[in-house]
Amino acid sequence: MKAEYVTRARLKPAEIVVWVVIVAVLALVPQYAALWTEILILALFAISLDLILGYGGIVSLGHAAFFGFGAYAAGLYAIHVSPEPLTGLVVATAGAALLGALTSFIVLRGSDLTRLMVTLAVASILYELANRFSGLTGGADGLPGIFIDPLFGRFEFDLEGVTGSWYTFVVFFLLFMLARRIVHSPFGVGLEAIRDNRLRAQSIGIAVNARLAAVYTLAAAYAGAAGALLVQTTGFASLDVLSFHRSADVLLALVLGGTGYLYGGILGAIVFKIMHDFLSSLTPHYWQFWMGFALVAIMLIGRDRIYDTVRDLLARMRPGQGKGGQA
Amino acid sequence: MVTILFDGIAYGMLLFVLAAGLAVTLGLMNFVNLAHGAFAMAGGYLTAVLSSRMGVPFLATLPMAFLFAALLGAILEPTLYRPMYRRPHLDQVLFSIGLVFMAMAAVNYMFGASQQFVRLPAWLNGRIEVAGVGIGVYRLFIIVVCGILAVGLQLILSRTRFGSQLRASVDDRPVASGLGINVNRIFLATFAFGSGLAGLAGALGAELLGLDPGFPLKFMIYFLVVVAVGGTSTISGPLLAALLLGIADVAGKYYIPEIGAFIIYVVMIIVLLWRPHGLFSRGGAR
Repeated sequence: MKAEYVTRARLKPAEIVVWVVIVAVLALVPQYAALWTEILILALFAISLDLILGYGGIVSLGHAAFFGFGAYAAGLYAIHVSPEPLTGLVVATAGAALLGALTSFIVLRGSDLTRLMVTLAVASILYELANRFSGLTGGADGLPGIFIDPLFGRFEFDLEGVTGSWYTFVVFFLLFMLARRIVHSPFGVGLEAIRDNRLRAQSIGIAVNARLAAVYTLAAAYAGAAGALLVQTTGFASLDVLSFHRSADVLLALVLGGTGYLYGGILGAIVFKIMHDFLSSLTPHYWQFWMGFALVAIMLIGRDRIYDTVRDLLARMRPGQGKGGQA
Repeated sequence: MVTILFDGIAYGMLLFVLAAGLAVTLGLMNFVNLAHGAFAMAGGYLTAVLSSRMGVPFLATLPMAFLFAALLGAILEPTLYRPMYRRPHLDQVLFSIGLVFMAMAAVNYMFGASQQFVRLPAWLNGRIEVAGVGIGVYRLFIIVVCGILAVGLQLILSRTRFGSQLRASVDDRPVASGLGINVNRIFLATFAFGSGLAGLAGALGAELLGLDPGFPLKFMIYFLVVVAVGGTSTISGPLLAALLLGIADVAGKYYIPEIGAFIIYVVMIIVLLWRPHGLFSRGGAR
């Protein structure tokens, strides 16, 4: 049994291929650096949601709270304290983590419905706060003119966003590997046990609430980092970072990619962006309709059925390497 | 002061009728239907279009709004909703958010993003003085209509054969169908009726709440609060919750406009922390 978990945690060849492809794309097609950055940020945000949804089993409708908090923290830090990017990133991440830790105790109570509403309410409160204190946040006009110093004092954030894309990638890679390490640790395996059956997890001695609070805080930190990256690479923060749409989009992206294996965040972000751009070019004002349509269709077909089909196909291509462990 | 209380009550009654259908699907059937507001929006738009563009009398549009939304519900329940009943909550959430997005974009496409207005007949406008207190006639009208609906609902649920069949189907579906109750038909009728009520309330409330394509999202949290705080074992629970919410919201926005918008969220979080299963539940329903 232990051996199975050790095998599972080992880096698989397919994963290395994924990272090589990402690096190659960033290096070979720098014209689209801004788009790659957007995708990486959405992917990081989706992974953060995957930590609580895919591993912790907590459905959140307000994950944008932490994304937006990180975004504003990074923006305000750059304006009022120091335009240095790395410390800004750390401050924003830590701030979001703190917010996550403070709100974690309220998401642990009650049923799915209670959690849905509490997460939604936390995001709404932050949105209203940002709207109310427009002296600090710029309100509906947003925070324009955020200047970020060159990275390490050398690499300037250029207009094409090439520096931004590499910066985002490195942060993304490090955070991803950390998350990967965490979910394969005994802590992460315990989380899966909680997700699958909370009562049984509790009775074999897993500290359910402590673990959920910890993973919620961790996810909040990740979302904050994603928000900070967005602001640092685009130099702009607006109320949009806290809107309900953010929370819904990231849910959709994660569900498109699949929950509970981290790479779903990357896959989902790519599919979501492609879909979004394609639909917006087709019907500029009404792409939302097709987004909704996609959601309804996927849910009616059934998520499991789609993934099972894909997994079967993959398994058939590589005989003897069935993934296992996810059933 | 009394006027604010009165406005709050009108607002709360409206919220109650808006959320009554959701109390059944979400509370009793345990289906997270975030798209409930879309049915209200459908009713509201029907009334707005009929009354202001086609000159149909306002009172005549109200039953039409009910029927239209109920028909929508009756079409969507067996085709889209029924397969989702047994799914995990996450699937239901995503499914109904998808419906909300579709409804918002469709309405935006058909009627534009601007706010819609309902033409009220002259006798519903204006104010009257009762014991020195100014009362909006239209708000009084809303309170009366919604009050009648609330009493009617309570009677239907507790006194009629349909009501007991519904309660039986919700409590124990296999046994209910074993007793010869057509559970699917009961759920269909309930869903359609709840959607119809939302449509009616949407039509009634278009003037008070404002009506634009963002309606289902803007009021989603209000519906959820009414159901979650009110609990679902009675009609009076959601009614009281809706009244409290309405009064708190109106009073908050009037007296302390700086933080008025937060009040409902803060109150909701506190209540849910204190009583995760609602203020008026019999406890441990789920």
